[in-house]
Amino acid sequence: MQQSKVLILFFHPRFENSKANKVLAETLLTEPDFTFSDLYELYPDFNIDVKAEQAKLESHDIIVWMHPFYWYSCPPLMKQWIDLVLAFRWAYGPGGEALKGKKILNLITSGGGFDAYQHGGRNRFTYREYLIPFEQTATLCHMHYLPPFIVPGAPRLEQGELLNYADQITNMLRTLSAGRIDIDELQQHDYLNSYTFQ
Amino acid sequence: MEGGILGNALVFLGISLLTVPISKRLGIGSVLGYLIGGVLIGPFLLGFIGHEGEDIMHAAEFGVVMMLFVIGLELNPSSFWKMRKSIVGMGLSQMLASTALLFGLLLFAFPLHWTAALALALSLAMSSTAIVLQILKEKNLGKTEAGVSSFSILLFQDIAVIPILAIVPLLATAPVISNAANGHTNWVEQLDAPFSTLVILAAVGGILVAGKFLITPMLRWLAKAYMRELFTAATLFIVIGVAWLMEKVGISAALGTFIAGLMLANSEFRHELETDIEPFKGVLLGLFFTAVGSTINFELIAASALPLFSFVFGLMIIKGIVLYAIARIFKLRLDQQLFLALLLSQVGEFAFVLLTTIGQYRLLDKGQIDFFMAAVTLSMVVSPVLLFLFERFVSSRLNNRAVSEPKAFDHIDEHHTVVMAGFGHFGNTLGRFLRANGVSATILDNDSDRVAFLRKMGFKVFYGDATRLDLLHTAGLKEAQVFISTLDDPEKNRELAETVRTHFPHVRIFMRSRNRSDAYELIDLEVPHIYRESLHTSVQMGVDVLEKLGFRKHTATRKAAEFIRYDEAALSKLASKRSGSSSSYIDSVREEIAMQERLLQEDDLFLSDSNDHAWDRTL
Repeated sequence: MQQSKVLILFFHPRFENSKANKVLAETLLTEPDFTFSDLYELYPDFNIDVKAEQAKLESHDIIVWMHPFYWYSCPPLMKQWIDLVLAFRWAYGPGGEALKGKKILNLITSGGGFDAYQHGGRNRFTYREYLIPFEQTATLCHMHYLPPFIVPGAPRLEQGELLNYADQITNMLRTLSAGRIDIDELQQHDYLNSYTFQ
Repeated sequence: MEGGILGNALVFLGISLLTVPISKRLGIGSVLGYLIGGVLIGPFLLGFIGHEGEDIMHAAEFGVVMMLFVIGLELNPSSFWKMRKSIVGMGLSQMLASTALLFGLLLFAFPLHWTAALALALSLAMSSTAIVLQILKEKNLGKTEAGVSSFSILLFQDIAVIPILAIVPLLATAPVISNAANGHTNWVEQLDAPFSTLVILAAVGGILVAGKFLITPMLRWLAKAYMRELFTAATLFIVIGVAWLMEKVGISAALGTFIAGLMLANSEFRHELETDIEPFKGVLLGLFFTAVGSTINFELIAASALPLFSFVFGLMIIKGIVLYAIARIFKLRLDQQLFLALLLSQVGEFAFVLLTTIGQYRLLDKGQIDFFMAAVTLSMVVSPVLLFLFERFVSSRLNNRAVSEPKAFDHIDEHHTVVMAGFGHFGNTLGRFLRANGVSATILDNDSDRVAFLRKMGFKVFYGDATRLDLLHTAGLKEAQVFISTLDDPEKNRELAETVRTHFPHVRIFMRSRNRSDAYELIDLEVPHIYRESLHTSVQMGVDVLEKLGFRKHTATRKAAEFIRYDEAALSKLASKRSGSSSSYIDSVREEIAMQERLLQEDDLFLSDSNDHAWDRTL
């Protein structure tokens, strides 16, 4: 089976201050088969080139939204990206099937951990519940929304732990790209964290 | 060959043109190339030069004077003050320890009176400023630990020449051979002791005051004449004038010009002065090294090879050990300790002067003077060889090559990573923005009034024409990452683009251009970042007009950003088409207009069409 192409869309307005994202980004950047796109660097003035972004999506099969979890959601440029790039009659609506069948997931660095993101926890709801708008956006655009991967407690992680996460994520995306995974089985899981990729 | 001035000049210059490039290619450095050239033309090999080599050597010592002027310029008073501890600490201990040990060696090895031995020990403790600084500069090691330390020690030695010259007569037991015959009349000799001190202080004070209140205004006045050669003449006038004054009051000329350089280091003319003096300094130093090579007395060396070589060996070992110990005490890194020990182990050019003085006071006889002269020359030849061997075989093994550490050596004025040409309204705004973000640039401007004014406002601006390659060198473009031109003259920008691209290929060029057609020319020159001064402002104005006409400001701003992006794309597209015949250019302009119209129409569609679902209009 042919390899699926992986596109990582990275949104971070203060990348230079994020130790965790630096380690993750550096690892993902060195993967020759992944396309890594640093959106805040591309569009510092929020002036997104819609045509170029749509072309990028069309030439890839697995899309990763990589971003920090700000106020239980994504950074503003990512919302802008969703608003502008996932256009009517292209991604959804009549004739809008450009993204049909593609897979998409959130790769999130979070300040809190799973214990805070649960019913009765400090944040009262789970990551999955906060991510419902993204899940539905993907669904409306005829994509398969895969469970998210969370890097919890990111600000307090040591270099070694971060490198472990980076390895785990790389391995996961490689396996997805090779198509060795039963998507239905994968979607049984709440988070990709708990799925073991060989 | 007794060729007169022209003949001698021909021989000296010619041999350097031959040997220096070869030695550079062999990686042994220019100093050795000059020395070898000197040996070749000297009386013992080709015999192009007879004993006038010594006179030429004395004349060429002026190169050292100029070198110290440049050092002063690069230092400035505050960083000089910051170095005072290492200058006094390392310098004084080096002089004292080396003199004491050499004194012992001389007494032990030669049948000398203690006064002669002391005078000799003092002279031999000196190292060669000319050789060491040339090597450091060539290998770009000036900012390493060893580089900075050797610089401090050399500076102390240069200052110490004055008291040493004063001590020698006190050691003399025989009457002086007339000093006047040597052309060294000076004013101070005829004065009483307290008076002479006063004159010296007055002379130094005079330089300090003149630097600020006389020389700088004079240069400002000259700058308004916009004639380069006037500036060169003024630079030479300053250096020679100060040197002359210092000789008259009996201080070393080198020290005087160093102080003058220090005084002018904070003026806006620093880079210009440095650039103007550089070629003279370089040629004279080369001449000096060649002359040293040509005066090597091979007859004498052959006649007393064993004592001579063993003495030079002992001498350099002693100096090296002292330096190594100092380096250890001052906690330099291991490779830097060894490097410093080798770097300063030779005897310097001041020893020639001091030996001549010692001869005049008859502390030594002619034969002895010749012997020690030969020893000095030999040590000067050997040390670059040793350094070359050290670098090649030892230093790399010590792993940490003499690359500068992050450890703060901030007392040497670092060059900035950004060099900016032009500081008019455009450059001013840009410079302020960069400064607000903690990026300071080395700024060049050729309007001397503006430069003077801006310096009062606290900007580091230097006077000079940025299109001059040598000035770009002195401004440190070699170490810079970015070059900015904010000039509006398309002629000058083209010239700058070509110069920078050819000589500093690693530097990113950012350039202002007045309009579209200037921009095309810069695109042809492969300038990567071009900024049309009219583009952003006029589009911004359009945004405000649209807003007044009832457009929402965010929508107008989005359209403006799109328009700019489109316009930039059209610019580079059109630039590549332009190189053909003029008719095709007109064709493509027509095509471009048509395309722009098409795109603008599409813009309209985008605004009103239901396809613009960027944000749902029904909500």
